[in-house]
Amino acid sequence: MNDMTPVKKTAPKDWETDQEVRWCPGCGDYAILKAVQRTMPEIGATPENTVFVSGIGCSSRFPYYMETYGFHTIHGRAPAVATGVKLANPDLDVWIVSGDGDALSIGGNHTMHLLRRNLDCQFLLFNNEIYGLTKGQYSPTSREGTRSPSTPFGSVDRPATPCAFALGSGARFVARTYDVAKQTVDVLKAAHAHKGAAFVEIFQNCIVYNADVFAGFTEKANQHQQLWLENGKPMLFSGGTKGIAMDMKALTLKVVDVLDGDWEAAGVIVHDVTNRAVAHMLVEMPFGAFPMAMGVLYDDPRPTFDGAVIAQNEAVSSGKTPDLQKLISKGQTWTVE
Amino acid sequence: MATAARVDAPENHSAPVNSEAVVVRFAGDSGDGMQLTGGQFTLSSALAGNDFATFPDFPAEIRAPLGTLFGVSAFQINFGSTEIDTAGDAPDVLVVMNPAALKTNVKDLKPGGLIIADSGEFTARNLAKAEYDANPLEDDSLGKWQLISFNISQLTMDAVKPFGLGNKEALRCKNMWTLGLALWMFDRDRQPIIDWLNEKFAKNQVLADANIAALNAGHAYGETAEIGQSGAHIPQRHVDPASAEPGLYRTITGADAVAYGLVAGCQLAGVKMFFGGYPITPASSILHALSRLKEFGVTTFQAEDEIAAIASAIGASYSGQLGVTSSSGPGIALKTEAIGLAVMTELPLVIVNSQRGGPSTGLPTKTEQSDLYQSVYGRNGDTPLPVIAARSPSDVFDCAIEAVRIATQFMTPVILLTDGYIANAAEPWKVPDMSTYKPFPVTFLDHVPEGGFKPYSRDNKLARPWVKPGTPGLLHRIGGIEKQVDTGHINYSPENHQLMTDIRKGKVDGIADHIPDQDVCLGAAGGKLAMVGWGSTFGPVHQAVRRARAKGLDVSHIHLRHIWPMPRNLGDLLKSFDKVIVPEMNTGQLKTVLRDQYLVDAKPLNKVSGQPFRIAEIQAAIEEALA
Repeated sequence: MNDMTPVKKTAPKDWETDQEVRWCPGCGDYAILKAVQRTMPEIGATPENTVFVSGIGCSSRFPYYMETYGFHTIHGRAPAVATGVKLANPDLDVWIVSGDGDALSIGGNHTMHLLRRNLDCQFLLFNNEIYGLTKGQYSPTSREGTRSPSTPFGSVDRPATPCAFALGSGARFVARTYDVAKQTVDVLKAAHAHKGAAFVEIFQNCIVYNADVFAGFTEKANQHQQLWLENGKPMLFSGGTKGIAMDMKALTLKVVDVLDGDWEAAGVIVHDVTNRAVAHMLVEMPFGAFPMAMGVLYDDPRPTFDGAVIAQNEAVSSGKTPDLQKLISKGQTWTVE
Repeated sequence: MATAARVDAPENHSAPVNSEAVVVRFAGDSGDGMQLTGGQFTLSSALAGNDFATFPDFPAEIRAPLGTLFGVSAFQINFGSTEIDTAGDAPDVLVVMNPAALKTNVKDLKPGGLIIADSGEFTARNLAKAEYDANPLEDDSLGKWQLISFNISQLTMDAVKPFGLGNKEALRCKNMWTLGLALWMFDRDRQPIIDWLNEKFAKNQVLADANIAALNAGHAYGETAEIGQSGAHIPQRHVDPASAEPGLYRTITGADAVAYGLVAGCQLAGVKMFFGGYPITPASSILHALSRLKEFGVTTFQAEDEIAAIASAIGASYSGQLGVTSSSGPGIALKTEAIGLAVMTELPLVIVNSQRGGPSTGLPTKTEQSDLYQSVYGRNGDTPLPVIAARSPSDVFDCAIEAVRIATQFMTPVILLTDGYIANAAEPWKVPDMSTYKPFPVTFLDHVPEGGFKPYSRDNKLARPWVKPGTPGLLHRIGGIEKQVDTGHINYSPENHQLMTDIRKGKVDGIADHIPDQDVCLGAAGGKLAMVGWGSTFGPVHQAVRRARAKGLDVSHIHLRHIWPMPRNLGDLLKSFDKVIVPEMNTGQLKTVLRDQYLVDAKPLNKVSGQPFRIAEIQAAIEEALA
């Protein structure tokens, strides 16, 4: 008979470590840490089966502050380390914490391959559009013209769009939120519920080097510019007065006005999280002309990499006895009397 | 007539001449199947009971343009009735499939050696590609050797005609025709090769039959052909079996031996293996071999790059399996930052480096020993780790077990050095009895010890505990930032960094107490001259010392397996010799380390041509030093 160990219900504070948190006062990372610590009890996670793996950068200090197993690795390589962690023990719940420089610049290759392979994990990309820990150089997500110590006359290269990169890499779950959003816990819960690589971009305000870069939609006065997507619900924003519709001639999205709540008449699209084509359009909507799409943009699971590896290991091993003596004695042999 | 043959040095048809040892080199276009021919000839030597050593030498290009000088692929085997340690200095017999193969190889042939050439390939076009102004088979330029040439291409076409193959496919049987001839020349049994062909072409019986027909035709040609005006026969030689310890033998390449040794090491340690690899010449064959051994608890992962290969292995080690990665010099360079992480986080890890010619991309298919500095010193910070070097294909098996033992017992990354020669070469291997190996089981910490859990606490070997994530009560965080003594918390303080640096150094230095003393593999433990080698120079150094000692010279051979830390007695041992010479295939790397460690006047003997040392080169150095 199996003994059932009762699962101890945890509280957010059970996920805090005794380490002093070393982010700048007012950094958006604090809010994200709190949101993650609030998420853990809600998903029924256990500290010993949870592993946080990070790279290098401000965001990557995250594991030190989570009362779980944790591995603060080297710049850009968290996805690769996490792949080994998960393949060696698929029972572990693996969270990757990375930043825009870590995940898209030095570690872009690993991010792409982790997503295409579909390792079962949560990938949290804290995007503050700047290199914080090295004191403010522009990053691969910085907007054109960003003035920084390394680009005193403004950056001239075009930024990457993390969610578009993720979709292009084959991600089966893509979501977006921002550091202080009250919806972040729900987004994280959805990411955890997704079996496979769940990519979450979290806009994070670097108050020292890139303050208020997201104010255009995070400031209280601007929050009508947030489009929160919900599966099966119309794509409405600005208090339900505007929506996203399809321009059938141009085959692009367009913003439409919604009169008297009649979104159907306005042609507003109902969000289907499994519609990959629409997801591509949602992540590419230029902010300004369009609102910022948030929440779960895309969620359509496929078999996981770790599952496939384990299944193949088991399938090709079944019925075979691992006899080392036999292994080294095979091939064309001869005996000396 | 197309099959007309020509012979310059007639010999009478008689019983096979007995030889103690023979060196044969097969050389042809990289598409001619010379490696396969050599491999099967090796097998036949093994089954004939000869001792042997081989040296495959092939271009980096998979199918280099036909007939070119840089596209020549060669396979040399030295087989004999006495102990064979090297692939031989100079071939006695050279088989060439085209003019380019003749041009690039004939200068190595012993004076008076035998050339067998496929005259059918000595066309004007191929001669031009090989930069010959005149056909060397038809002038006196090969006068100092014996030459037998006949149209192997045509003879092969004739032999496989009944099977209705296309021209191209038919000509691909040429290598089996050649092998058949070689089997006759050395008085060998064809049956094992026929069995192998039937197995290899089990899904295409026509190809199997055609290849067997070619093999038989080559053999019959050797037996019956009367060549030249004189009606002479092709000379036949017989090499008696070598005396060897009783037991079960097989041939083994270094790549297979690494794979088997790693599996054996993990069984002795009681851990599963995770292998993260990325394709690179000449290391890929280890990934190939391990990917077929899943039933031994091996997971293989072909990563997106060298960095991900090692990073995933480190992740797996953190999770409680033994992470292993493998590459060659350029790939090891990419892994360097991650090796530092493994040193800092004190996780077990085995890094196999099949060295090749450098720097940069260098000579991908040629052998060199120039990554010793990279292994011992090549990281940022004070980042010590153990380094082990294998001397031969069969020696790698035990070295891989040793690497696993040290990695798991001391919680440290270990570098295992082999090279392109060891990886590709084959030699006879007395299959070891695994029950004679002492297990070294790892212990995972699974409970909170008395006094509380400290992830950077130490045992008497200074190793920290290995904890599997998933274990309740032992939650902890590790990373590349400097660790506080015991707790593993982030700590940048000067005192702590000094202490942790000392601990990391002390741990690796202390491994010297857990490895065997250095032995002298030939000669006395003191005297006039020590030849100190490491890695795949073993064969030529050993034979050179043997020959010099046979001439009465006072010279000993010392061969290092443990490059770092070095055996405790090594300094005293070296100082018991008047002179120390270090032959190595680099510009003097071990020599420098020995000088640094022991203040001994070690003299370098270097070769960096991409080719192994010749016995004669080392013997000359010995004789010069003792003159």
